[in-house]
Amino acid sequence: MTVLAAQAIALPFLGALFGLLLGPWTTRRLAEVGLRASVPPVASVPPTEAPGSEAHVEAEPDVTGEAVPPEGRAAPGFAPGGGARGALGPVLYAVLPTVLTAGLTIVIGLGAWLDPGVRTAALTTIPTGGPDITVGLSVDGLAALLGVLVGLVALAVQVYSVAYMRDEPRYSSYAAFVSLFTAAMLLVVYASDLLVLYVGWEVMGICSYFLVGHHWEERTGSRAAVKAFLVTRVGDAGLLLGIIVLGLGAGSFDIATVLAKAPDLPSGTVLAAALLVLCGVAGKSALFPLHTWLPDAMAGPTPISALIHAATMVAAGVYLVARLYDVFLAAPAALAVLGLMAAVSMLGSACAALAQVDLKRVLAYSTISQLAVMAAGLAVGAKSAAMFHLVTHGAFKALLFLAAGCVIHAVGSNLLADMGGLAKAMPYTFGAMTIGYLALAGVPPTSGFFSKDAVLEHVQDTALRGGDLPGWASWAVYVSLLVTIALTAAYSTRAWLLTFLGPAREAHEAPGLMRWPVLLLAGVTLVLGFAGLGSAELRPHVAPAAMSLLFTVAGAAAVYYAWRDDPAKDPALRLGVLRRPFERAFYVDELYDRTIVGPVRLLARAVKGIDTHAVDGAVEASVPVTRFAGRLARLPQNGNPQTYLTGLLAGAVFLVLAVVALT
Amino acid sequence: MSVAYPAVFAALLFSVGVYGVLARRNAILVLMSAELMLNAVNINLVAFDMWLRDVLHGGQVLALFTIVIAAAEIGLGLAIVLLLFRDRGNIDVDRQDVLRESDLEAR
Repeated sequence: MTVLAAQAIALPFLGALFGLLLGPWTTRRLAEVGLRASVPPVASVPPTEAPGSEAHVEAEPDVTGEAVPPEGRAAPGFAPGGGARGALGPVLYAVLPTVLTAGLTIVIGLGAWLDPGVRTAALTTIPTGGPDITVGLSVDGLAALLGVLVGLVALAVQVYSVAYMRDEPRYSSYAAFVSLFTAAMLLVVYASDLLVLYVGWEVMGICSYFLVGHHWEERTGSRAAVKAFLVTRVGDAGLLLGIIVLGLGAGSFDIATVLAKAPDLPSGTVLAAALLVLCGVAGKSALFPLHTWLPDAMAGPTPISALIHAATMVAAGVYLVARLYDVFLAAPAALAVLGLMAAVSMLGSACAALAQVDLKRVLAYSTISQLAVMAAGLAVGAKSAAMFHLVTHGAFKALLFLAAGCVIHAVGSNLLADMGGLAKAMPYTFGAMTIGYLALAGVPPTSGFFSKDAVLEHVQDTALRGGDLPGWASWAVYVSLLVTIALTAAYSTRAWLLTFLGPAREAHEAPGLMRWPVLLLAGVTLVLGFAGLGSAELRPHVAPAAMSLLFTVAGAAAVYYAWRDDPAKDPALRLGVLRRPFERAFYVDELYDRTIVGPVRLLARAVKGIDTHAVDGAVEASVPVTRFAGRLARLPQNGNPQTYLTGLLAGAVFLVLAVVALT
Repeated sequence: MSVAYPAVFAALLFSVGVYGVLARRNAILVLMSAELMLNAVNINLVAFDMWLRDVLHGGQVLALFTIVIAAAEIGLGLAIVLLLFRDRGNIDVDRQDVLRESDLEAR
């Protein structure tokens, strides 16, 4: 089975490699053999270079080859779907491997379901002088489940992107990076060694950077990419240190070994390692205080938001905690920290989601909030419930993002103010997105209800009966979870009302290639919740379910009544003085700007000043000195042989005199 | 006769030759000064040959040898000076400086 996992990782990786190296070439070849219909191969205008974006050029291998095939840019004359022919190259090397990979992950998932157990295989061992690195994969139930999620969402996104991105000039590199990301994420999921996992983790980070910065010609795109990269990097530095602490402490980087030895390690080591790993988790999963990059990352294309910033990569942080759960169990203080981070993140970002004016930013803050719900589940010891929520959230949030992409595609704007009344014009998207919002708000029978309820039940249990967490921490988590449930319902309702209801508006339904992945995910979202019924741990209980429904209805009703009075008005305006801080997400960005970005910029400017004035200045100051010395040294070289001979004679006389005097 | 007389004479002659080589501007006079130095050497050769009473008279033979070489050398040297005059229009030694660093004042 690990062989299948290796293939599932290798296929998209090879596809990405091919796409990055030969993508434009393939498109050209396909155009030559006439698969591009009769589009004259006019050299398109090269992408406008945004100032300061030259650094991206070598990172975008497609740019150079771009001048030749105008990919889908010449597509206006095509019937819908006709332009997708131009995307045939990416379909060959990106979508096809992803289809195979999705199939493989499903086979792995079925295998792990029918025959539970851990299967591990190592390709090779790299001796390091310290603990060896085992390059190997391991498949257990958790990894298999996550693998299926990643495979399916990646497939949905790749298919969706064929329609959504085919007019983009850099579609082929985009598709390649999505494939590379899929491979990296699967590597994280199936890795049996912490350092192998870290490799996948970093590759995911760099893919996220490239894909967020896909529209790097726009200032917001490139800045968001850099911000996402730098903020997650802060966390990743902690993660690497944490991995090293764990590896040196346990004497091995093998995850199974580390987990087995974690309880015997000194409590200080385990706590330090757990807290350091939490840094990485907070960075990747966008938990407070490293959450600020995720809303900005929405500058990337919408399918990317669905794949990376909703369903998979941001969930990797939560997955890592689950994977290293025994380490966290050995350090309860780290779990308390995780709980507090989760409480702050879920509450704060739910409030922020309530007042956003950009549909994708609503979803981004809601993603932070839901990730925090998973983290809260982990903090109170409900590992299965948290993983259940991770999977259902992956499905319904990918659904929401892809459906939001359909809306954005139709409206041509991200702003909620430009939407409204689309229910009639886009019935499929409306239906799918309604299911997504119901799941997000946790309304039965959608999957979100079951998973959120399972988490809530464990949180409530811990708060009331006590658990690993200190009492105040579990109460904080419990209360903020309840408020978050109400707020989630509120902002879901608001976004839903502002997008689809109100005065009707003309729009076109999304093309088939975009509609089908959305409908598939909607179906999954509807039925996935019932999978939890098989396990006693995940079955809904009456008390928490009633409680959560109560809060959901309260939140939704409040927004609905606020909206009903004046459908043209944004219900968020009712927040009054709170609206501004909510919209700015409590000024955390501004705070970071003042306290971190500002001083770092100042420092950078100072370093640059020292470099130009002191270092360069010293070098430049040496130029006149050298020149003067050279002029002095050149004086005797006047070209007159008689002078030279005089010198020669003087030297000879001097030597003779010296010999005479000294002997 | 003491060997000191020819030796001092040769030394003086040689010094005059050195002065001529180093100080004269005319290339022909420089060549002639070189001849003076060679002749100073010849005087030394002959004088010490006699003083040492060399049976084979190696010094005198070598002096003849030097005279021949000097004749050949002056022929070659004068030919060069002739060509130099044809090329440049002058034979001042201190003006023949095309190989020097030319941009000394330009910088």
